[in-house]
Amino acid sequence: MSDALSDDGSDINQDDSQDVMTPAELIAKLEEAWLNEKFSPELLENKSEVVECVMEQLTHMESNLQRVKKGDAKASFHRMEIDRIRFVLSSYLRSRLQKIEKFFPHVLEREKSRVEGQPSLLSPEEFAFAKEYYTNTETYLKAVALKRMPLNLQTVDLLKAVPEPCLDSFVFLRVKEKQENILVEPETDDQREYIVDLEEGSQHLMRYRTVAPLVSNGAVQLI
Amino acid sequence: MFCEKAMEMIRELHRMSDGQLPAFNEDGLRQVLQEMEALYEQNQADVNEAKSFGRSDLIPSIKLRHCCLLRNQRCITAYLYDRLLRIRALRWEYGSVLPANVRFHMSAEEVQWFGQYKKSLASFMRSLGEGEGLDITQDIKPPKSLYIQVRCLKDHGEFEIEDGTVILLKKNSQHFLPRWKCEQLIRQGVLEHVVS
Repeated sequence: MSDALSDDGSDINQDDSQDVMTPAELIAKLEEAWLNEKFSPELLENKSEVVECVMEQLTHMESNLQRVKKGDAKASFHRMEIDRIRFVLSSYLRSRLQKIEKFFPHVLEREKSRVEGQPSLLSPEEFAFAKEYYTNTETYLKAVALKRMPLNLQTVDLLKAVPEPCLDSFVFLRVKEKQENILVEPETDDQREYIVDLEEGSQHLMRYRTVAPLVSNGAVQLI
Repeated sequence: MFCEKAMEMIRELHRMSDGQLPAFNEDGLRQVLQEMEALYEQNQADVNEAKSFGRSDLIPSIKLRHCCLLRNQRCITAYLYDRLLRIRALRWEYGSVLPANVRFHMSAEEVQWFGQYKKSLASFMRSLGEGEGLDITQDIKPPKSLYIQVRCLKDHGEFEIEDGTVILLKKNSQHFLPRWKCEQLIRQGVLEHVVS
């Protein structure tokens, strides 16, 4: 994968591996993952492959820039491009980390109940972080208050104490692949459930829960 | 009334707007813990009595005390946890070294928690991209322009930018610097973004 990326964002070259991606495609992938992650209430599957490729790409671009002589106008365009990509990448990783911190017991619980072979939500680094965060927070609460409480109250079930992501919140989305027969749950008692078709390119406002599977398989894009 | 102190601690946090960190209420915590101990002891005694003499009339008050115990526990953990979240936010705002006035308001255990959090975050950022590392506490806002006009608010000494040029950050001097280089310094209050 490593060499499949050209170095300055222009069009691209070859590699022997199967999943060759142009830098433009890669950045589009990153942006897609970024927007989905930013707008979905729950943590999505990790895209560590994309993250790694983008990091590599950035390093390439940086080192290319080193060679450019001072005062070259082209250099500053590239510099700007690097800054933009780095912002998107950081923002993506940040919003994931925020969700991990916010929902850490639930994230870890899901990781635990994951069946072998199923892709993990967390990248190995994120998993390590989540575990440390859990232990750290638990130890802290124990040391400061819980162990000084009466015997039957010395534990707190963090899974119950920390709120779960609200999957019923509404999200804006754009349809990338036509979907038929999406079942929309009723919102009030006098409403009945109904079925909608999502046309390609159309935009909707729906409950996240309804479209969650479509977000994870890439059929719709959160906006 | 039971649980009053615990509620007061919650309110105290709530009153501090926009994530400010008030001093750790060690005294309040102790009082709540004392109240819990008293409630617990009374309950123990009543439970024993109810059991051995079959006094079912005691059960409502046992239940009430137990609810108060649970509520106290919940309030205290909420108090502590909310403070942790505020401290966490400070890490993102100020970087890994907190200003003294903030540290002054933290308890020893909070400092410890913060140290550990810092470490976890640092090792997470270091491990990104196969060990190259990426500081994701930078680039908080989308970049608008490459260079920005900044004014120095205090003497900071020499500062090296990308291409090896060293500039002297003196108080009240103005510079035209790469944005991503000075983001951290702006948040630390060394530089100020001059918007013309």
